[in-house]
Amino acid sequence: MTGSDTTPLHGLHLELGAKMIPFAGYDMPVQYRAGVMQEHLHTRAAAGLFDVSHMGQVRLSGPSWEAVAGAFETLVPMDVKGLADGRQRYGFFTSDAGGIEDDLMFARAGDDLMVVVNAACKAADIAHMRAGLPGEISVDALSDRALVALQGPRAQAVMAGLDARAAQMRFMDVAELEPGGLAVVASRSGYTGEDGYEISVPAAEAERLARLLLEHEDVMPVGLGARDSLRLEAGLCLYGHDIDATTDPVSAALTWAIQKVRRRGGDRAGGFPGADVIFERMDQGDGPRRVGLQPEGRAPMREGVQIFDSAEGGDPVGHVTSGGFGPTVGAPVAMGYVPHALSAPGTGLWGEVRGKRLPVNVTALPFVPANFKR
Amino acid sequence: MKFTEEHEWLREEGGEMVVGITIHAAAQLGDVVFVELPEEGITVSKDDEVVVIESVKAASDILAPVDGEITEVNAALADNPAMVNDDPQGEAWFFKMTVSDPSQLEEFMDEAGYQKFIA
Repeated sequence: MTGSDTTPLHGLHLELGAKMIPFAGYDMPVQYRAGVMQEHLHTRAAAGLFDVSHMGQVRLSGPSWEAVAGAFETLVPMDVKGLADGRQRYGFFTSDAGGIEDDLMFARAGDDLMVVVNAACKAADIAHMRAGLPGEISVDALSDRALVALQGPRAQAVMAGLDARAAQMRFMDVAELEPGGLAVVASRSGYTGEDGYEISVPAAEAERLARLLLEHEDVMPVGLGARDSLRLEAGLCLYGHDIDATTDPVSAALTWAIQKVRRRGGDRAGGFPGADVIFERMDQGDGPRRVGLQPEGRAPMREGVQIFDSAEGGDPVGHVTSGGFGPTVGAPVAMGYVPHALSAPGTGLWGEVRGKRLPVNVTALPFVPANFKR
Repeated sequence: MKFTEEHEWLREEGGEMVVGITIHAAAQLGDVVFVELPEEGITVSKDDEVVVIESVKAASDILAPVDGEITEVNAALADNPAMVNDDPQGEAWFFKMTVSDPSQLEEFMDEAGYQKFIA
């Protein structure tokens, strides 16, 4: 994978002194001059601006909302038809084996469905949608649009200063706004556990919007490094790490995202790839489970650390899928998979770091309470 | 003070070497959140991994610059790893060690040489 692609904000990142890294085929800012720790803490205290233009923005349209939503329900286990206009939902594509092919956000805009998918999966996702949806549904990659996220407790004040309507939006609302006269589509969401907005803007206007937001004294540019530590503290999965095609929604502790109407006994139960496998796992309730893991000491337990149920000997019972230092927690934090029988918060386990078994406790997620405007 | 290509510095003090990492290295690592120090009294060989520094994002090894014995470690780093960012060439030294083969010191750079090396 190369870092050859750039987002419309690439020049601005360089101007702001970003340290750039290859990420999902893009040359992306991992941090700016303030550094990961400051960027993380600033987002929790004020507002951070993230370039997430590498993610895929896709519009599904068809003869009617019913047709579009009904078709999309054949690919995801979510209640799509029940989505009100101007509302957004978290979801994922499943495979026939019940695995998670990618996670995504989808929003209703009139009769259309706006889908945001992960950068690394977007080509596969678009192909998956084109192959899986009937011909009457068109799948358009909106490659001429950028996406920025403004996250943190000051995000509302900043956005409302540019368009007062932003303050009226609730968590997971989507609306057309005009900050600084620019026509954007904003959702009241993000992936940091903080209140905030994700703002889709024409690529040609992206830098104007970013500069407008950065003019505000509360707003600091934030790179992928702090985005990762923020979402980890918030207990949110990173595709390719905490969830992937080998993890199903039950083991990933994401069954909350499968609405009742699509579950066994619901009005529109099943009808998505892997439904039978997933329903069976929901009934059984055993198998591995994604949990929060809090190391007792100061040593971070990073992705790949093996988890044991004893201080010595035995085979690993689980592993860490995301881990590092949580700047808001002020201590190491991690997520990983452990057997269901060992998944209760408070369970004491051991993680092997550089050959040494260190105590780690199963913890309820999130590590930092979400700050959404419900 | 002498400097290695692995971005360590060595300062002689009472016949021993005090070892730390350079300002340049500390800046590259970013925010340091954990330092794992060696045990005092162990014998090490040049290039042994003796210290692990964990920044917010990644773990990095610090290698023994020469053969010798670790005589003292900077216990203050365990409680306050951020010292590595605040004062890497002063308070935030990692360990002191004896040097069993002084000829190993000859290859190291002086300050001017190191500045050229990282330029």
